[in-house]
Amino acid sequence: MAFGLSFRAGVVSLLLLAALLLVWQGATSGFGGSSSSLPAGMDPEYAKLMGLTATSGKSAVPSPVEIGAQLVTLLSDPFYDKGPNDKGLGIQLGYSLGRVLLGYAFAVLLAIPLGFLIGMSPLMSRALDPFIQVLKPISPLAWMPLALYTIKDSNTSAIFVIFICSVWPMLINTAFGVAGVRKEWLNVARTLEVGPLKRAFTIILPAAAPTILTGMRISIGIAWLVIVAAEMLVGGTGIGYFVWNEWNNLSITNVIIAILVIGVTGMALDQILAAVARLVTFPE
Amino acid sequence: MTTPAPGARYVSIEGINRRYAAPGGRTTTVFSDLWFSMNKGDFACIIGHSGCGKTTVLNILAGLDKPDGGAAIMDGRAIEGPSLDRAVIFQSHALLPWRTVLGNVSYAVSSRHRDWSREKVRAHALRFIELVGLKGAEHKRPSELSGGMKQRVGIARALSIEPKMMLMDEPFSALDALTRGTLQDEVRRICLETGQTVFMITHDVDEAIYLADRIVLMTNGPEAVVAEIVDNPLPRDRRRLDIHKQPDFYAVRNHLIDFLVERSKTFKSALPRGYDHRHPPVIRPTADRISPPGGDARAA
Ligand SMILES: Nc1ncnc2c1ncn2[C@@H]1O[C@H](COP(=O)(O)OP(=O)(O)OP(=O)(O)O)[C@@H](O)[C@H]1O
Ligand SMILES: [Mg+2]
Repeated sequence: MAFGLSFRAGVVSLLLLAALLLVWQGATSGFGGSSSSLPAGMDPEYAKLMGLTATSGKSAVPSPVEIGAQLVTLLSDPFYDKGPNDKGLGIQLGYSLGRVLLGYAFAVLLAIPLGFLIGMSPLMSRALDPFIQVLKPISPLAWMPLALYTIKDSNTSAIFVIFICSVWPMLINTAFGVAGVRKEWLNVARTLEVGPLKRAFTIILPAAAPTILTGMRISIGIAWLVIVAAEMLVGGTGIGYFVWNEWNNLSITNVIIAILVIGVTGMALDQILAAVARLVTFPE
Repeated sequence: MTTPAPGARYVSIEGINRRYAAPGGRTTTVFSDLWFSMNKGDFACIIGHSGCGKTTVLNILAGLDKPDGGAAIMDGRAIEGPSLDRAVIFQSHALLPWRTVLGNVSYAVSSRHRDWSREKVRAHALRFIELVGLKGAEHKRPSELSGGMKQRVGIARALSIEPKMMLMDEPFSALDALTRGTLQDEVRRICLETGQTVFMITHDVDEAIYLADRIVLMTNGPEAVVAEIVDNPLPRDRRRLDIHKQPDFYAVRNHLIDFLVERSKTFKSALPRGYDHRHPPVIRPTADRISPPGGDARAA
């Protein structure tokens, strides 16, 4: 083959994207007519009655071209701030990312040491298991009223919700990875009289790191899913709030742009953790 | 070499037994009331069929496993846990896959000499990597090494901490004949030079004859016993290439093979008269006779 697999896959991806955009454009730009002319055979009186969208034969859903134009506008000034209901896309995204990273960082600080404890101590593993089993399946948003009631601050509550949803996959994976460290590697450390702390950092951590990173990757994905919903609930700032606000403004274009931005950001977060995971993965 | 008084041995295993829980609430006894001892500088090989408990004995000597009864003693002190005095070469290499060859050996060196500088640790590790013939591969990771190279890293790691005793679990079994030969030479030379006390598990009769001063024969499990201890009659300055020309070579070899093929199965059911767990018979097979004659009970 002249071209590698990834090259060919890329070409197919681009073709699919182009096809999708074409169909979308075709479906939204009316029945063949330009936006100014009436659809063939439509009575002008009827058109007047029905309002502009119907008359022009144009869908309420914006076309890719319109979205592209709006995207350029939004991205050309992403950080403006004109009051609570009119902030740039970059600012809103920044709020969301800030909350996610803060909640996630707290989750890392708790989940990894606790996961080590659970993984190393069969007693703690069994003792904490019922708590984890009950707490894990609770939808993070179910915590929201309780968080708002106790913390009282909506921003902190959102961070708490992120914390609580990202803790479980990390905790469970860390415990699993730590408990599964090969006995022979631990025996190497034992025969070399390596102390418990050094053993944790030089044997258990590198051995469990790929599993821990898998948990961290799942967590960041969940956190990014949850932040949009959480911000829709608490309002004020953030990309989730932006989506909701634009929906109230009936600006479908902005809603679609926000969806795209959420998707791309989520992918970026995932790829960052995937890159870290590649760094700590070792071939056997 | 004169035999010191009993109790003055450097390493001794005194009546150890080891049991595992078996399905059905019962227990299987891997071995019980196992005794033998080694002098300082001894090279002992233990031979026995798969599953008889050789690795278990080695782990108890290493302090990685505890006997259910009896004790293992080294240098006058009971072995309570692992120690830097006893280096282990594991049956499965047990290299840390996220570290390079140099990283693996340095890890051991820096554990031994906690006050050494990074440079000193590195230089020391490199010396032992070179010793096992891995110069040039020091920045490779274990996954990029062949089985023989991995095993050599394990040997370098064990040697680099300059222990009082080496415990080797089939260190050469995964190697091709040529590599095995050179490594046997190396290990034998290093151990002789440094007066290392070595306890080695092997399945290879020729390897045992070449390397060991004493060969411990273990019967089949479960409830394995030390059938006898073979005192190697070959001169200490033997060479691998012409070892088969030694007059006693075939006497020892036949004795060992005979044990592995025949007697390892039947020994327990018909213990020779006067067999004492504490003092398994010591046999010295030579070209003209097998002495002391006590070991010949099977001939009856
Ligand atoms: N964790 C365990 N649980 C139950 N039985 C065990 C366990 N570890 C070892 N055994 C049993 O103990 C016996 C001795 O095992 P060991 O590994 O010492 O054998 P070995 O002589 O080293 O064999 P090989 O030559 O194959 O390495 C075996 O029969 C094995 O089934
Ligand atoms: Mg074994």
